[in-house]
Amino acid sequence: MGTQNFLWNVAKKYFTFGIIGLTISDRYASILPVRGSSMSPTFNPHGGSLTDDYVLVEKLCLEKYKFSLGDVVVFRSPSDYKEKHIKRITALPGDWIRTPHSNDILTIPEGHCWVVGDNSASSLDSRSFGPIPLGLVQGRATHIVWPPQRMGKLDRKIELEGLGF
Amino acid sequence: MSFQQWSALLKEGFNATSFVATYLCFLHVTNTYLFTHAWVYGPSMLPTFSVTGNLVLAERVSTRLGKVGRGDVVLIRSPQNPRKVVTKRLVGMEGDTITYVVDPKNSDRRETIVVPKGHVWIEGDNIYATSDSRKFGPVPYGLLHGRVFCK
Repeated sequence: MGTQNFLWNVAKKYFTFGIIGLTISDRYASILPVRGSSMSPTFNPHGGSLTDDYVLVEKLCLEKYKFSLGDVVVFRSPSDYKEKHIKRITALPGDWIRTPHSNDILTIPEGHCWVVGDNSASSLDSRSFGPIPLGLVQGRATHIVWPPQRMGKLDRKIELEGLGF
Repeated sequence: MSFQQWSALLKEGFNATSFVATYLCFLHVTNTYLFTHAWVYGPSMLPTFSVTGNLVLAERVSTRLGKVGRGDVVLIRSPQNPRKVVTKRLVGMEGDTITYVVDPKNSDRRETIVVPKGHVWIEGDNIYATSDSRKFGPVPYGLLHGRVFCK
């Protein structure tokens, strides 16, 4: 009887901490690993190294969905909702973008954004699947937390080539 | 007040705060992963829902598991305004061929489209007064918010 009570108490404690942890990771911030080299050299600069980079992803931006050019965001893939990708926003609603390999000018529709990987040679991004609705964004990466030699705040930088006006 | 009284008061305050915080976390987890409520209003889903508003219960399990199907009424984050969650009926899943009337008020022109992978086609029940996939195209499945099961 005593052991049952003890186990029940331990289970309750774990359950409570689990719920609190889940809420914090959904609403405030969580730490996610970055896989692949589509964001080199910002993340995983030596593709195929033994450890992935870990980034701090903040979720407070999901209240207002107000992003700036150059933000690195985590979003659900438009072709498979179970996958999450991390790329940089290079155009916001209303901006004009010149599509690569053609001379078309594309306007980003309202509520959408254009995401591009820093390593444009090997990145599956808006150049393949078009602008993505902002509702797919799950958070914004603000800091690298691992490995220690590259720990620090992420900059908002964009290359000017390929941007509209 | 003596130190003992202060520390007792602080302890009680801390206990009460942590109780409220835990309760709010529990509420958040239920809302996000189990079921939530929504207030549906507007003419786009007549006659299923009235213009002045219905309170509906939506469950969030089937959207996460990929188990929503054609004919379900779903809550979906609007592709035009990510801060709004709208209610529409899921009419087509990925791979379906949809034939729809483009502009029912003005003409009978129909168009056919195949829903791409990872996307769904949503339509309001009241096709004369709704802004849905016929206007903004198929929407990614990741925008689905919940499935309405009770009003």
